[in-house]
Amino acid sequence: MSDKIDTTATVHVGRRLFLGLVALGAAGVVLGAQAQNFLGNKLGSGLASLLPGGDHFRIYTITGGYPTISTKKYQLEISGLVATPRNFSFDDLVGLPSLAMVKDFQCVTGWRVDNVSWKGVQLSHLLDLVGVHPSAVALSFDSYDHADSESLTLDQAHLSDVIVAYEMYGKTVSREHGGPVRLVVPQMYGYKSLKWLSGIRVVDQVEPGFWEQNGYPVNGWLDGATGNADPDPSLS
Amino acid sequence: MTNAVMTPVVRVLRFDAVQRSVHWINALLFGVLMFTGIPLYFGSFFGILFPRHVIQEIHLWCGLFLPLPIVLSLLGPWGRRMRADVRRVSLWTRSEIRWLRALGRVPLRADKFNPGQKANAIFIASAVVIMWGTGYVLQWFRFSPVTWREGATVTHDFFALAIFVVVVGHIALALTHWDSLVSMVKGTVSAEWAKRHAPEWFDDELAN
Repeated sequence: MSDKIDTTATVHVGRRLFLGLVALGAAGVVLGAQAQNFLGNKLGSGLASLLPGGDHFRIYTITGGYPTISTKKYQLEISGLVATPRNFSFDDLVGLPSLAMVKDFQCVTGWRVDNVSWKGVQLSHLLDLVGVHPSAVALSFDSYDHADSESLTLDQAHLSDVIVAYEMYGKTVSREHGGPVRLVVPQMYGYKSLKWLSGIRVVDQVEPGFWEQNGYPVNGWLDGATGNADPDPSLS
Repeated sequence: MTNAVMTPVVRVLRFDAVQRSVHWINALLFGVLMFTGIPLYFGSFFGILFPRHVIQEIHLWCGLFLPLPIVLSLLGPWGRRMRADVRRVSLWTRSEIRWLRALGRVPLRADKFNPGQKANAIFIASAVVIMWGTGYVLQWFRFSPVTWREGATVTHDFFALAIFVVVVGHIALALTHWDSLVSMVKGTVSAEWAKRHAPEWFDDELAN
């Protein structure tokens, strides 16, 4: 036995490997975002999207399903403290002046998709069309999934890069991404960009939405958001 | 009467009840986590069997409890064999290191576990810690900066892929090494098997 220990039992390889792997995992947490950016730049986002973790939308739904709304039947109802409540069809929205922008999509839980291209109508323009009452303070957004809801203050809603989007990557917003029409608030975490937008109610106080009621910040600013957007708009 | 004709089959205990239980509970948890992980990663798979929030809850709770069976099995008097095997897995001889470097192409007088089996156990142990830690960051994201959440997402995804590769390999090897697999169910291997596949361990067992 003693002979065996002298000649064979040597190193705690297992302990070293274990600690090494755990250290690798910890490094991944601290440096993974940079590594992902580096790879994204090296490989281009197309290739990077094939790697685990990179450039990949995680589709969240509250109800467990996606509501199906055809562009023909789609209606956006704007109501509440407005001069003229109005329903906008899909074609109505497409007919309005549009804003195209390319923005990173950042989820509060940590995934991010770079350079998502959106097209839609500036929310501020829609508000101008219906005429907001002076006593109004905030907006409440409703979804066709009858579960999600969101809120923005009027100031936030007037940021020039807040849009009611009907195009993503050059095509009508798909069902799983909240189509045909969704809200996009690029300076805030993804949960603020309500999917399957069905209605906007102009109200006199902020009504915390679904995710806020579940503990997320009501003002979902990204780190470093200025609240003073210059989206480099290409108004058309 | 028949005993006189047949060689008596001596069986050696390879895994005691604690080890077998913890193996299968761990396997079940890994299986559920892997199956629920697929639709959480690929959105288009969701809702086929369960709504997403159900899958999410299952994934969360299985993940939270994942380390528990292993930790419990190592504590207390019932964990004697478990602790001894952890030590065996951790301690490598020079010839084992050489064997793994050569990817098994040099002869080895194997211990209870060969270097490949040891590497598998070490990987799974570290995977439990890494997936638990990164999963914690993803679930209770408010306590860490955004860059850490992103890093945790990337790390969780990369190790998930590695786990799929390793687990599929582990199952394939188990199915092609029937005696090994049976010993994880019934606990014992024949003395003949032990002599052939784990001679160092067999000598130890005889010495005890």
